[in-house]
Amino acid sequence: MSRYIFRTIFSALPTLIGVLTCVFLLTRLIPGDPALLILGENAPQEQILQLRKDLGLDQPIYVQYFHYLYQVFHGNLGISLRTERSVIKEIMDVLPYTTELAIAGIFVSVIIGVPIGVISANRRNTMTDFVAMTFAILGVSMPVFWTGILSTLLFSLYLGWLPAIGGGDPANLIDRILHLILPSTAIGMAASAITARMTRASMLDVLHQDYIQTARAKGLEELKVLYKHALRNALIPVITVVGLNMGRLLGGTIVTEIVFARPGMGKLLVDAIYARDYPQVQGVVAFFAAMVIIVNLLVDLAYSIADPRVELS
Amino acid sequence: MVKIRRSVAYKAFVKNKAGLFGAVVVALIVIFGIFAPLLAPYDPTAQDIPNRLAKPSIDHPLGTDQYGRDILSRLIYGARISLVVGILSVLIGILIGVILGLVAGYSGGFIDLLICKIIDVLMSFPMLLLAMAIVAILGTSLVNSILAVGISSIPRFARLTRGQVLVLKNTEFIDAVRALGSNPVRIVFLHLLPNIVSPIIIMGTLYIATAIIMESNLSFLGLGVQPPTATWGGMISDGRAFLRSSPWVSTIPGIAIALSVLAFNMLGDGLRDALDPKLKDEQ
Repeated sequence: MSRYIFRTIFSALPTLIGVLTCVFLLTRLIPGDPALLILGENAPQEQILQLRKDLGLDQPIYVQYFHYLYQVFHGNLGISLRTERSVIKEIMDVLPYTTELAIAGIFVSVIIGVPIGVISANRRNTMTDFVAMTFAILGVSMPVFWTGILSTLLFSLYLGWLPAIGGGDPANLIDRILHLILPSTAIGMAASAITARMTRASMLDVLHQDYIQTARAKGLEELKVLYKHALRNALIPVITVVGLNMGRLLGGTIVTEIVFARPGMGKLLVDAIYARDYPQVQGVVAFFAAMVIIVNLLVDLAYSIADPRVELS
Repeated sequence: MVKIRRSVAYKAFVKNKAGLFGAVVVALIVIFGIFAPLLAPYDPTAQDIPNRLAKPSIDHPLGTDQYGRDILSRLIYGARISLVVGILSVLIGILIGVILGLVAGYSGGFIDLLICKIIDVLMSFPMLLLAMAIVAILGTSLVNSILAVGISSIPRFARLTRGQVLVLKNTEFIDAVRALGSNPVRIVFLHLLPNIVSPIIIMGTLYIATAIIMESNLSFLGLGVQPPTATWGGMISDGRAFLRSSPWVSTIPGIAIALSVLAFNMLGDGLRDALDPKLKDEQ
């Protein structure tokens, strides 16, 4: 097992370096001089030269590249031009908000998606199946920001049940959870649709196997057959989808944070783009991608625990 | 043989009600997009401040926005942007992704490893994040939105194509073509490519839906096509400030996005069931 874990982690390293290379190239692809673009055409020449020096743009490109990699692996993602604070500190300040939103989104997607998939598979080709799958296809068709706006309209503006704006009082857990319900539901809805479709397909596959017929023939209750015998095995491919959804969800947090005016990495990125704060754009993009790589790594490991055959292959 | 296969697929598609529904809605959106100047009752950018935030009425069937602009006209023109970004970005994704997938799958070895790593790297960026990063660098415009969404879809098409080529390249008919002395370029483009067109078309149709959502995300964030051009995402964003008093400004373009994405998804699913019945059985 430890060899497998080591091999999996090692194989992710080139991908991480590739991601950092892409992010490095990103700001080098800016048409024209980035310093000029940041400061504006009327900025004094000395200021432009100083910024070029601060950004390391006066060095040869390969020196800039290795310097960038060295700095990143030492935990330095640069200094924000807007706030003049370390980008990694800016990210760390808001990371808990994005992480809790993504985890809550996954939770919502599983508690909605898995039961719908199970029911739909068990009642294949019936009205229930049709309704469940229509929900699934509708779920993936609605943009997250629109679902967010609709839920705000209903649950916050009309009914007044839930807060719609902000991340809540950091010291008050209940308030923080309340502020999480609408955004996580908005973000989890789309992911639940995919989870439901995958669970259904996987359950259909398992329900046709002999051991399920045997369990039924033994006279076990249908619920026990479904949830204890079938779902356990059907969930293995679902883990992969949940993991893949995590990447999607992290992307979805960007718009969700804007809709609900929540602090988070998405808001940090959008603000940085508006302000042309390229070091921050670079830092947040690299951090997001690294998070996706780590999540995929964890999914691979979870998969090997759930299905020991994976490790052997 | 090909004709028979096409006719079987056509019959299977026509029988699929959801797929047919998707095709009809997509056709309607295309018609709206092409004939927008003829169908829109007003100029989509014409302001009429005294009539701002007017409720749906006979004059303005879907109401007006905060500048008094007719929402129906903006919706019809917005279809153009969604379709143009959706279709052209997917074409970019297919063009580059399929070539990368073909080269990786057929050549194997180091080239395959290299391309696979590039795909892995690009797949590590959530699609929206990659699109936003590209727009941050290139700037906001229609062309850059198309490029951003297109580039972010490349790895998905490359991975699909590579997988299909790996399955096909060791089949007997490819061995036979190779034995006849065909060169690799001929084998890839004349023999492998025509056999993987179906999954590419299916995925392309489904990805138009994703691209429409992606474009609306960019426009919503103010990073897509810029005002006063009508975009569905931009219209939703504009209406947010008036959500309580004038909910139609935000909700109607949302319905348009959901309906068109739903239609492309249904069309894609219908095409998959018709062109690849094996997958239908598995579902």
